[in-house]
Amino acid sequence: MEESQVMHYFLMFIGAVFVNNIVLAQFLGQCPYIGCSKEKTVAIGMGAAVCFVCVLSTALTWLVQKLMLDPLGLGYLQTIVFILLIAALVQFVEMFLKKIIPPLYKSLGIFLPLITTNCCVLGLAILVQREEFGLGTAVFYSFSASAGFMLALILMAGIRERLALCRTPRALQGIPLGLIMAGLMSLCFMAFKGMIS
Amino acid sequence: MLTTPVLALLGIGAGAAILLAVASRLLRVEENPTIELIAEALPGANCGGCGFAGCEAYAAAVVTNEDIPANLCSVGGAEVAARVGELSGKVAAAGEPLVAFRRCSRVEGKVQPRFSYVGTQTCASAAMLEGGPFMCSWACLGLGDCVRICPFDAMYIADGMVEIIASKCMSCGQCVKVCPRGITQLIPRRARVMIHCSTREKLKSVSDVCEVGCINCLKCLKACPAEAVGYEKGRVEINHEVCLAYGSVCAEACVGACLRGIMHRHAPAPALAPVSIDPSEPDAPIDCELYPESPDSVPCESVAPNARPASDLPAPEFTPLVSPSGKTSAPPLAESMAGEDGRKEAEQ
Repeated sequence: MEESQVMHYFLMFIGAVFVNNIVLAQFLGQCPYIGCSKEKTVAIGMGAAVCFVCVLSTALTWLVQKLMLDPLGLGYLQTIVFILLIAALVQFVEMFLKKIIPPLYKSLGIFLPLITTNCCVLGLAILVQREEFGLGTAVFYSFSASAGFMLALILMAGIRERLALCRTPRALQGIPLGLIMAGLMSLCFMAFKGMIS
Repeated sequence: MLTTPVLALLGIGAGAAILLAVASRLLRVEENPTIELIAEALPGANCGGCGFAGCEAYAAAVVTNEDIPANLCSVGGAEVAARVGELSGKVAAAGEPLVAFRRCSRVEGKVQPRFSYVGTQTCASAAMLEGGPFMCSWACLGLGDCVRICPFDAMYIADGMVEIIASKCMSCGQCVKVCPRGITQLIPRRARVMIHCSTREKLKSVSDVCEVGCINCLKCLKACPAEAVGYEKGRVEINHEVCLAYGSVCAEACVGACLRGIMHRHAPAPALAPVSIDPSEPDAPIDCELYPESPDSVPCESVAPNARPASDLPAPEFTPLVSPSGKTSAPPLAESMAGEDGRKEAEQ
């Protein structure tokens, strides 16, 4: 029983990172994926910030959904309530970090406001409701999925760092090449489909 | 029927608002208000000319550190220095207004190419290969590393050489740092003489490759009555402070002593044009990532080889290689390759 539980979580992690990668298979969070993937250090910072916010926001929205929206029958308000909660949460977390953990604020600080309206965060919060996970599972799933986001971002940054030194056609420089690469990477990740049924 | 959702949303919104309001009180981080005031007084170009990461970083440093002087902002000049000094309680000595200067006359010297360079079109990588693509290992490479880094659009490439628009130069020193050969140098705007070569070779190894190269004979050193001309790290350097203090009594003896005409009398650089550093102003540089302009549109023939734009003359038409507006992003290496084909044609 214990072992199958561990295996279940392990498979969920692998599934969220590789098979159903939030960027490359579900196409959420494309803006930071293109925008923050020019340098590896920036990519790591952004990935870590998304990880951090995703875990917190999933826990908060799960609680609100189960304790407030469901009992009152207000499921249709999910999207607007979640946006409100995530925005407030990110603001609060920013203030909190600035006061309590300044080093973490310095490394995540510039990315936090960007995440407020990130569809990856909102998407995860809604996804775990749709899958009807328990609180622990939901938090773990959102951690795994945002780890997948971080992986995709770092891979992309690595490629783009090398590509910056290559001779490329003028018409494709910058964003166009980034989009083509995103498509190719997405195709590569399609190969994981069916790995975990 | 409608009341439940409205009340629920209102409740959540009000709850979040109260939480944030309380948090902003409880978690307030006390920051020295002077830092903010100084940051506002600074130009906000974040050029890094002061040696700090940006204007905010300099503002914080000048308030918290006793040893940081108030006049480090070369962009703002004396006015900003006075304001920063006033706010931070430091005495601001106005710095000598400087301007960037290119110590190379490769074109006039008819320096021959050593080989045809086809690699990444940056000075940094060209300089690494076998002494660079010109016979003189100290020649301006003309690939525009300084043009790309210049935050004020004060540089451009004409005829394969970098040209500096003195009226736009804020003397932040970014070009001095980025040049792999130390060709750009900051000199006082009212400098009297300047040496137009930066070679560290001597005698025949210079005269063989360049008609107007400095052979480091050091006659200028001996000629200067004020001992303002020195020899540092294999090349002649002028101590402009001493030179300006001595005045014109010597009638530029060093220029007369120079056999090869490398020492030049330096016309005082034109005063700085008033520039507002507001990114929203209409004549802000075009985003070249979207509209890559090719340098082959530079009318090379129309620009005299050694033409230095003066303030009263209209600046020659030029096309910035890369917009300096995107300073915060990664160095636009890829963009720099945009016009390499055109540039090669121009060189041939």
